[in-house]
Amino acid sequence: MQSRTVELWVGLFVALGLAALAFLSVRASNLAEYRDGDAYTVVARFENIGSLRVRAPVTVAGVRVGRVEAIDFDNEQFKAVVKLAITARYNNLPQDTVAAIRTAGLIGEQFIGLDPGGAPDPLKDGDEIEITQSALVIEQLIGQFLYGQAGKSDTDGGK
Amino acid sequence: MNTTKNSAQHGAAGEPLIQIRGLSFRRGARIIFDRVDLDIPRGRITAVMGPSGTGKTTLLKLISGVLRPQAGSIKVAGQEVTTLSRTGLYALRKQIGMLFQSGALLTDLNVFDNVAYPVREHTNLSPALLRSLVLMKLQAVGLRGARDLMANELSGGMARRVALARAIALDPMLILYDEPFTGQDPISMGILTRLISSLNRALGLTSLVVSHDIHETCRIADYAYVIAQGKVIGHGKPDDLLASTEPMVHQFLSGEADGPVHFHYPAPGYRDDLLAPAS
Amino acid sequence: MSGLLQGLGARTLDGLARLGRAGLFLLPLLAAVPAQFLAPRRLARQVLSVGVLSLVIILVSGLFVGMVLGLQGYNTLVDFGSESSLGIVVALSLVRELGPVLSALLFAGRAGSALTAEIGLMKATEQLSALEMMAVDPFRRVLAPRWLAGFISLPLLAAVFSAVGILGGYLVGVKLLGLDPAPYWSHMENGVDFFDDILNGVIKSVVFGAVVTWIAVFEGYDAVPTAEGVGRATTRTVVTASLAVLGADFLLTALMFGEP
Repeated sequence: MQSRTVELWVGLFVALGLAALAFLSVRASNLAEYRDGDAYTVVARFENIGSLRVRAPVTVAGVRVGRVEAIDFDNEQFKAVVKLAITARYNNLPQDTVAAIRTAGLIGEQFIGLDPGGAPDPLKDGDEIEITQSALVIEQLIGQFLYGQAGKSDTDGGK
Repeated sequence: MNTTKNSAQHGAAGEPLIQIRGLSFRRGARIIFDRVDLDIPRGRITAVMGPSGTGKTTLLKLISGVLRPQAGSIKVAGQEVTTLSRTGLYALRKQIGMLFQSGALLTDLNVFDNVAYPVREHTNLSPALLRSLVLMKLQAVGLRGARDLMANELSGGMARRVALARAIALDPMLILYDEPFTGQDPISMGILTRLISSLNRALGLTSLVVSHDIHETCRIADYAYVIAQGKVIGHGKPDDLLASTEPMVHQFLSGEADGPVHFHYPAPGYRDDLLAPAS
Repeated sequence: MSGLLQGLGARTLDGLARLGRAGLFLLPLLAAVPAQFLAPRRLARQVLSVGVLSLVIILVSGLFVGMVLGLQGYNTLVDFGSESSLGIVVALSLVRELGPVLSALLFAGRAGSALTAEIGLMKATEQLSALEMMAVDPFRRVLAPRWLAGFISLPLLAAVFSAVGILGGYLVGVKLLGLDPAPYWSHMENGVDFFDDILNGVIKSVVFGAVVTWIAVFEGYDAVPTAEGVGRATTRTVVTASLAVLGADFLLTALMFGEP
């Protein structure tokens, strides 16, 4: 086979392979989320983070604004310390924003939803979100429900 | 018989190019060479003959350093091959050309590129000079017109000639021929024989031909060794050997069916074998 | 009974010896790789015979596997009302596992066996010995270019396999079964992580490429130089390479996707 033809086919092959990789990266994965650019870090402590994982999304009003950067454990307060990386341009979140751990769908993955408050000063790099809402634990819910039911029947019985 | 050295024969050509002393080589339990001494004189065609399987090809591999012997010394142009480093061996092999039994051309190249191959690898000649060199070598073997054929389009005889052109491409001091006459038709045989002799004289080469074709080999060799069962059983000028009365040499050179190499493979007595009950 | 045990022992020792030779073979092979970039034409030729000519089987297989994933995925998900997640199911299955593994197996069968046969034949016709006699390193001229070509080609082939498979799933899910195209892609885009899934899949196929081609090239070099010997070596390549891929896949998957 002529050298020319060989080079042509090999070039085509490599181009095809790279195109496939590009397709997979751009169209079939969340690569876009990594192109957020600069981000600032905010800390939030939780009693219970449930099944929250590193790289889970951080949303405001349902829109992704950042991701969970790190999850640590505070050995003195016995709380989970979560570092949130929020894209730099979303720098207007008030100081009294609430961070809650929510679940996507009923049994989906968990993420952090931020509910903005009304304070005048915005969160800056290194700040801590004071008010947090831990993940819902199914067992506790069931326990509360049963306890609540038991209490009701008591009052009925007492009549 | 192992240690007789014919110094008169060497005097004219000087030191022998290849000096082998006490060569011992074993493959597993089989002894291939048992304290063999050989001298290959410069500028001459020397033959090494013997029955099949005596390790003639092994000898070539030992000389070129592809194999290492268990004992003994092999000196090529004064260099001790058995202790040469990898770089030393590669440097030595650039001065040795080898013609393999099947030619062993690189099948993905054409004739020109095959002959040019060693030149391209080891020299920095300009394309024009390279072309002239390759064409000259091809002309020497009569195949200059075949330069564009692919290696796998060649007949066996032509492939061998191209391989010969390749072997002389770098003007080596020594050429090793591994069974060059095997399986050739008479015309190819004649061509090859003529080439081996004429190249040897024209280029002042030393040629070592390993073969079991007595007729052709004795025609061109200046000196011959006969090796059997791991030892040199005879050596001398071809005519002297052909007249030898030593039984082993005689059987080999005249092609007798029975002699020191027996016709019958060792077996129990014939009568008893036939009459034994079928089990 | 003792004959059986003896045979087993002999085979084991044989296998260990072969493994040792393969390991020793790897050193000069890798040492000869950097020089390959000085001879790009020769490398390109090898990539052609190893990669480009495997493209057809990869494309066809990838398409079929993707379509089957689409069908099977739909059948299972529709029971849970989650058929809009078909895209992410197909994509993750392909990118994490089926793409790298299946293309490696197909590659071993098509390109790997061809490499072994070619090199074995060169050994049998004394071409390798001739190269050594010409003071040319057969690793540099014959073996390393082929290994490098396989190492480069397989990750590309695996990416093509996964991409075509995702399109196949799309064809079945959207065109055939009438799913909405938007969630097929959007769930996929959200759920497939570039680092965890795509990059890990690429790493897998790189490892597979190195291992499969190493086995193929070694078996050719190590083959008994007869017609029968080359045939046996070719079979060994396909079997050993396939098993190695599956074994390596397990290890890599456990490392990459296991619980931290």
